[in-house]
Amino acid sequence: MSTPAPAPVLSVRHAQKRFGAVHALKDVSLDAWPGEVLALLGDNGAGKSTLVKCISGVHTLDGGEILLDGRRVTLHSPAAARRAGIETVYQDLALFDNLTPAQNFYCGREIAFPHWLPRGFRLLRSRTMERETAAVLDRLRVVLPRRDAPVALMSGGQRQAIAVARASVFARKIVILDEPTAALGVRESRKVLDLIAQLRAEGNAVILITHNMEHVIELADRAVVLRQGRKVGELRPERANQQELVSLIVGAEA
Amino acid sequence: MAQVTSERRERVPAAGPVDRKAGSGGAVTLGLRLLGIGPLLILALVVAAFGAIAPNFLSPGNLGNIAAQTAVIAVVAMGQQVVILTRGIDLSVGANLALATVIGGLVYRSIDSGPLVILAILLTAVAVGAANGLVYVYGRLPHPFIITLASLSICRGLALELAVGHTTMRGMPEAITTIGGGSTLGIPNAFLVVLAVAAALLVMSKAMVWGRWTYAVGGAPTAALEMGIPVKGVLVSTYVISGVCTGIGAVLLAGRTAASSPLYGNLLELDTIAAVIIGGASFLGGRGHIGHALVGAIMIGVIRNALNLMNVGVFLQMIVIGLVIVVAVEADVLRNRLEARARAIQAAGAQ
Ligand SMILES: Nc1ncnc2c1ncn2[C@@H]1O[C@H](COP(=O)(O)OP(=O)(O)OP(=O)(O)O)[C@@H](O)[C@H]1O
Ligand SMILES: [Mg+2]
Repeated sequence: MSTPAPAPVLSVRHAQKRFGAVHALKDVSLDAWPGEVLALLGDNGAGKSTLVKCISGVHTLDGGEILLDGRRVTLHSPAAARRAGIETVYQDLALFDNLTPAQNFYCGREIAFPHWLPRGFRLLRSRTMERETAAVLDRLRVVLPRRDAPVALMSGGQRQAIAVARASVFARKIVILDEPTAALGVRESRKVLDLIAQLRAEGNAVILITHNMEHVIELADRAVVLRQGRKVGELRPERANQQELVSLIVGAEA
Repeated sequence: MAQVTSERRERVPAAGPVDRKAGSGGAVTLGLRLLGIGPLLILALVVAAFGAIAPNFLSPGNLGNIAAQTAVIAVVAMGQQVVILTRGIDLSVGANLALATVIGGLVYRSIDSGPLVILAILLTAVAVGAANGLVYVYGRLPHPFIITLASLSICRGLALELAVGHTTMRGMPEAITTIGGGSTLGIPNAFLVVLAVAAALLVMSKAMVWGRWTYAVGGAPTAALEMGIPVKGVLVSTYVISGVCTGIGAVLLAGRTAASSPLYGNLLELDTIAAVIIGGASFLGGRGHIGHALVGAIMIGVIRNALNLMNVGVFLQMIVIGLVIVVAVEADVLRNRLEARARAIQAAGAQ
């Protein structure tokens, strides 16, 4: 695996999050390094998605702090998080079924002119966006039946690949993927894993949530395990400590 | 669990030989294409059929009639289309149109100025549209059905209350009667207004960032939020656009009849919704364009006109329009099923 840079690009310190009576995050801390895949593991309801949503601006922390490149930040909205260089592939993909891949790529950050107009009134540069999208899909070797068709007509794996590719274009520091292979067949999962490896090779800090141990052992450089909102372990996942990893997740003391 | 899913998916392509897969894929694509141009095709067939049956149907005079009669529905339906695109609905358009003409009529009684009356009509309609949007979005209502139903009632009541004698008021400035009732080089001015509105909305929805946002909000509202689109602003804007279109429709109707009336626009909300659906747009959001509303409105106008020429009564006309709506909605359902089918074929092909 690639050697991590000397400083974490993202640090979460003593994160606390409550939803009414549910204490979803209890004093969770973690670091993410550039050029590294960090697996976030835990059973259903452990708090993985909650943690990730706090980092990507969907939720705000009730306590603790988030540091980007060592500086404290408050991310009030998904848009703010994206501006800070954090891209997220949500569990539901956040794709627009009625739009083409290129339109999906640039939705919410369209290339448009002239700049003196308010954003909504600007005119789209559709050609440029299509060309850029085609270039990215080629670079990531994502094969689609038709690039000008709405993504509603594409398979689960193709849609996943589009969502991951979109994140990879705009990510400048951190890519978060919440169960990117959950609904995919073997071959389509393979493609997404390759994409993730490529994101890492391009120097991103990748945070990967998955329930698939094979994928964790193959891809992750480090794993953080949550249980009932608490961080219960951090280790380097290997075939040898797979059993230890599983007991950490389910909470059975071996 | 993921393992089980993957195994089931793996088996799909094995079920059919490759060539049959490709063949059915082609049929599905063809079906989707046909459904895409379906409404236009049906309109052409309907026009041809009526041309053969009803003697005067294709005469220039009658075509002019259709254009003039359809203009109001067409313009308002285009606004309705924008709202439906974002999964909304505007039930207030008919009452809003009546209120706008009444306000215009009242202004006309104190000053005979075309520009001022037009301004009064447009401002009234836009204000109602904006109120719809603002209450819906910032009042956190679950669906725009309720608020636009409420403003239907408020606007109709207000129009009846304000209109002198609570009924139709004669007279409109000449500028307005020219726009609504006159013609240029034999083409009804109202028809030219329809084309201008269609062109403007086409540019806004297809070339402007705002238009892309309306499709995004209609296609996947939560994703639109996650992607940082100003969803609330987009939603409000669609009701404002519907208000603008309603105002323009009010100018056309007041101009054609040289009058204002609290009774105008009765059931216009149903006609415009029908036009959008008949034209081939989807209630599921994010699918459809201005052309759909236009084609649907013309279809309704053509059917009404032809049945009139053939002396078919109004009640029967309502039944026919209703049946056409059923066909159009079924076509929408069929399209969604074909898309699901196309997706399955894709998944099989990708394995
Ligand atoms: N918006 C919310 N409102 C209330 N409770 C919530 C909310 N989001 C999450 N929770 C609760 O917080 C806890 C952690 O949920 P979270 O979605 O983070 O789990 P997870 O680790 O992602 O699980 P899974 O593997 O099933 O996706 C759960 O008890 C959940 O019910
Ligand atoms: Mg989750």
